[in-house]
Amino acid sequence: MSVPGSGSRHFSPDPAPGPGRGVVAITAAAPERAADPAASDNAVELEGITKRFPGVVANKDISFAARRGTVHAIVGENGAGKSTLMKILYGVQRPDEGTIRVDGREVHLNSPSDAIDAGIGMVFQHFQLADNFTVLENVVLGAEKLHGIGDGARREIRRISEAYGLDVDPDALVEDLGVGARQRIEILKVLYRGAKVIILDEPTAVLVPQEVDELFDNLRELKSEGLTVLFISHKLDEVLSVADTITVIRRGTTVDTVDPASVNARQLAELMVGAELPTPQTEESTVTDRVVLRTEDLVLAGVGDGRNVLDGISLTIHAGEVLGIAGVEGNGQAELVEVIMGMREPTSGLVFLGDTDISDWRTREIREAGVAYIPEDRTRHGLLLEAPLWENRILGHQTEEPNAKGFLINAAGAKADTERIVKEYDVRTPSIFVTAGSLSGGNQQKLIVGREMSHEPKVLVASHPTRGVDVGAQASIWDIIRKARRDGLAVLLISADLEELIGLSDTIQVLLRGRLTGTFDPDTVTAEDLGAAMTGAAAPAAHAGAPTSDAQTSDVQTSDVQTSDVQPSEAQPSDVQPSEAPAGDGSTAPPAVAPPTDHTGDAEESR
Amino acid sequence: MSTFNARKALLGLAAPLLALLVAFLVTSAILLALGDPVVEVWQTILSWPRPRQFVQIINGATVYYLSAIAVAVGFRMNLFNIGVDGQYRVAAFAGALFAGQAWFPGPLNVLLTLVVAMATGGMWAGIAAYLKVKRGVSEVISTIMLNAIATGVVQWLLLKVAVKQQGSNTISTPPIPESSQLDGLAIVPGASNKVYTLLLLAIVVGVAYWFFIGKTRFGFDLRATGRSETAAVASGVKVPRMVVSTLVISGALAGLIGMPLLFGQDHSYGTTFQAGLGFAGIGIALLGRNHPLGIAVAALLWSFLDVQSNALQIKAGVASEVVFIIQGVILFAVVIAYELIRRADVRLEQQRVARELAGTRSDAPSVEGAAA
Repeated sequence: MSVPGSGSRHFSPDPAPGPGRGVVAITAAAPERAADPAASDNAVELEGITKRFPGVVANKDISFAARRGTVHAIVGENGAGKSTLMKILYGVQRPDEGTIRVDGREVHLNSPSDAIDAGIGMVFQHFQLADNFTVLENVVLGAEKLHGIGDGARREIRRISEAYGLDVDPDALVEDLGVGARQRIEILKVLYRGAKVIILDEPTAVLVPQEVDELFDNLRELKSEGLTVLFISHKLDEVLSVADTITVIRRGTTVDTVDPASVNARQLAELMVGAELPTPQTEESTVTDRVVLRTEDLVLAGVGDGRNVLDGISLTIHAGEVLGIAGVEGNGQAELVEVIMGMREPTSGLVFLGDTDISDWRTREIREAGVAYIPEDRTRHGLLLEAPLWENRILGHQTEEPNAKGFLINAAGAKADTERIVKEYDVRTPSIFVTAGSLSGGNQQKLIVGREMSHEPKVLVASHPTRGVDVGAQASIWDIIRKARRDGLAVLLISADLEELIGLSDTIQVLLRGRLTGTFDPDTVTAEDLGAAMTGAAAPAAHAGAPTSDAQTSDVQTSDVQTSDVQPSEAQPSDVQPSEAPAGDGSTAPPAVAPPTDHTGDAEESR
Repeated sequence: MSTFNARKALLGLAAPLLALLVAFLVTSAILLALGDPVVEVWQTILSWPRPRQFVQIINGATVYYLSAIAVAVGFRMNLFNIGVDGQYRVAAFAGALFAGQAWFPGPLNVLLTLVVAMATGGMWAGIAAYLKVKRGVSEVISTIMLNAIATGVVQWLLLKVAVKQQGSNTISTPPIPESSQLDGLAIVPGASNKVYTLLLLAIVVGVAYWFFIGKTRFGFDLRATGRSETAAVASGVKVPRMVVSTLVISGALAGLIGMPLLFGQDHSYGTTFQAGLGFAGIGIALLGRNHPLGIAVAALLWSFLDVQSNALQIKAGVASEVVFIIQGVILFAVVIAYELIRRADVRLEQQRVARELAGTRSDAPSVEGAAA
C-alpha cells in the first residue's frame, strides 16, 4: 500500500465543479464562539479513528471535534501521529476504524478529491506552487473546470482575496512573491476549490515573526467568515495565541483537548511529551577571554555583479561562548557556515582557529582540527540516508580514530563506537545496521550530534540543530550544546528558532543581507526585537495596525522599501548594543550598521 | 540481525529472478507472435552446455566481467562511464602495439603490456574527467563522443602501423611474440579448448575491486560521494579529485578488457577484434548490482546466453539474434525490479524500525526527557 506523493494530489483534476457544493450553508452558522458544542456546531468530528500499519499503530482512538468558525490547533511531538491523522482527514489514507463526520454527516474519504468534495482543503508545509506561473495560473491548475482559466477565475480569485483579506493579486508572478504571500496563495487555492475546513500543516515554520502575525490575522478573518481552520504546529506560543481550542496528541492518541486560556506553553508541552520539560536557558556565563574561532572581514561575492552574499563578516567566538546568529533564511547564514567549514572559498577575508590561519584549509583538515559540524539540512549534508548507521558514524571523520586504520576503514572500531553513541546519546534504533533514512528526524540528529561530539572538538558549528526534531530530542540537543559550552568549546549557533537563540546564546548577532547588522544581549532582547532587526523593519509597530488593509502586503519586500527610507540606527529597538558583546572586544561587534539602501537584495529575500 | 540479513538477501535475489521470469515470458510472447517454435528455442538455450561450450562461456564471462567492473567503479560514484567501449579499444590497440614490439621477454612483456593498456585506458578516460571537472561537461556526453573519436583514431593509427595478414583482407598490429602468448588453462575436463590464462587477472581485479571499494577510506569516500554528493562535500571529500580518480581508475580497468583476448586468442589488434564489450559491461554491472560476485554471476549469464544462442539457427531455425531480445528485456526488467525492490526495502525497514521502537517505547516509556 503506497502512500501517493501528496504533492501531485493537489493538482489532480477536480471532478466536482461548483462552489459550496454539498456543504451546509455557512451563513447559518454565525460565529458564536461560546456556544455549546452541539453536534450541528461542529464542522469536523472525528471519533475513534485508528490507523494501523504493519506492526505499528500510528493512530489509536483519536477523537476530537472542531467547531465551525474556530481555529482548532493540533499539537504533538514529531512522530506522535499528527501527519497520519492529517493524511486520513485529507483522504490520502483510510482509517481502519472510526468515523469522520463533516457538518454532522458521516463521510468516507478515499482520496483527496473526496476530501475536497467534502469541503476539506489542505495547505502543505512545503508550498506546491510553480514559480514561473502567475497566481491565477497556479490557482486554476487542476481546477480549470470551476471558473475557467480566464476572467471568470480572475474575478473569483479577487472575490476570495477581498472576502478574506488575503490581498492576492491574481496576475502577479509567483517567483516575485515572498514567503508570506505564497502561503496566502496556497490558502486561496484551497478556498477556490470550495473548502470550508482548512488544514494548515506547520504553517509558521517558514515565516518570520511579523509574517506569522499576518498569517494569524488572516486566520482570524477566515474564521470570522465561518470557516474552520485545523492548525498543526509545534510552536506552542503560536498555538496559544491563535487557537480557540487545542487538541494534544501523544503517541498516536488524543491526550486532551484544552482551552488555550486555561494553559500556558509549558503545561501544553508537558502534555505533549508527558514529562517535565527543560527550557533552553543557559546557566551562568562560561565565556573566557581565549579566542577560539575568529573571522576577519569575510566577503563572498554574489553571482554576476549582484551584491555580496557575505559582506565584511568579522566575528569572534571565545572558549565557552555561544554566539547566536539570527536572520531570515537566505541572508547569508548557509554561506557563512560553508565558508567557515571550508566548503566554499571566500572572495576575501580570513578565518582563524585559535592563532592558526585556516582560510586555505580544506573541509577535511578543518574537521580534523576539531571543528564539529551540525549541518543545516541533515539529510543533504549530514547523513547518507541509504547507508547503515555505523557508516554514517564514519562520515565526516573518515580519517580519524576509531573509524580508520591507515588507509583502511576500521569497520569494527566504527561499529563499536556507533553502539556507544547510540547508547550515550539515546538514539532510538533497533540496531546500528538499519539505514539512517529509517530513523526519525530527532534520532538522526542525535546520531549526528553524538558523532560530532566524539572527536574532542574545539569548535561546534551548529546550524539549526533542533529543526524538525521532537521535543525530547530538542531538550537533549540543548543539553549537549550547554555541555559543550561548559567544556570550553566555542559554539556558533545558527537558528531560526528565536527562543532557542535567546535561550542558549551568550551573544546574538543579526545577519541581514550578508552583513552583521546588530549585536544583542540575549538577557534583554525579545523575539519581536530580533524579528524586526532580522527583516530590517523599523519597529514591530509597522505592521501591527491594519490587518486587512494594504499594509498586509508587507512581506519582506515591502518592509525593505520601508526601511531604506528610515534611518535604521535610530529606528531599531533600544536593545541594540553597539559593540557591547560580553567579554568581546569592540572590533568584533560592529555597531548596528545601516542596511544597504539598494534593492538588489529583494529577489534573494523573497525566495 | 539474522532475520534482517535473510530479508535483505531474499529481496536481493527476488529482483534478478523476477527479471529473468519477465524476460522469459516476454521473449516467449514475441516468439509466439512471430510464429517461431517457442519450445525448441528454450530447449536449445537452456540445454546443458558441452565442455567446449563451458570453456567458451567462461572465456566470454572473463571479458564481460572486466568490462562490468570498469563500469561499476563509476556507478558506485554515480558516474556513468559510457566510454568503457572506447577506452578498451584504444587501450587494446596500444597494448597490442606495445606487446608486438617484443621489447621485453615473455611474461614481463605481458605484465608491461597490462600496464601500458591501463595507462592508455586511464588517459582516455582522463579526457572526460578533465572536461567534467574543469568545464562541467557531463561525463555521459563526453564519453559517448570519445567512443566515436576512439573508433576513428584507432582505425587511423592501425592503418599506419598495420601489417597485412597472409591470405586475408584484415589488417592488424604486428603479432605478439610466441613467448608472450598465453596458452590458456586446461581446467575444463573433456574440452579441446582452454580457458584464458587471464581469467586469473579478472579474479584479481574482482578481489581488488571488493577490497578498495568496501574496505578502504578511498572506497568509503567514493561510495559516500555516490550516495550523496552534498553530504560527501560536507564530510571533507574533495569531489573534483574523486571524479578524476574514479574516472581514471574506471578507464584503466577498461584498458584490461581486451587483454584476455589479445594474449589468449587474437595475439594482435586488428579489424576483427571483438567490439561492443563496453556496452555489454554497462548492462552486466546493472544486473550484478555493482557487487563483485553479482557481476560474476551476471557475466556468466550473459556469456551463457551468447554461447547457447549460437545453435539456435541450426536447432530451432531461429536467428540467434533472439538472444539480444532476451538480454534487453532482462535489463529493462531488472532496472524496474531493482527500483521496486529498493522502495519496498525502504518501506519495510522504516516499518520495522517503527515497530521495534514502538515495542521498546511501551516497555520503558519514561526515559524521554532524561538529561544526556
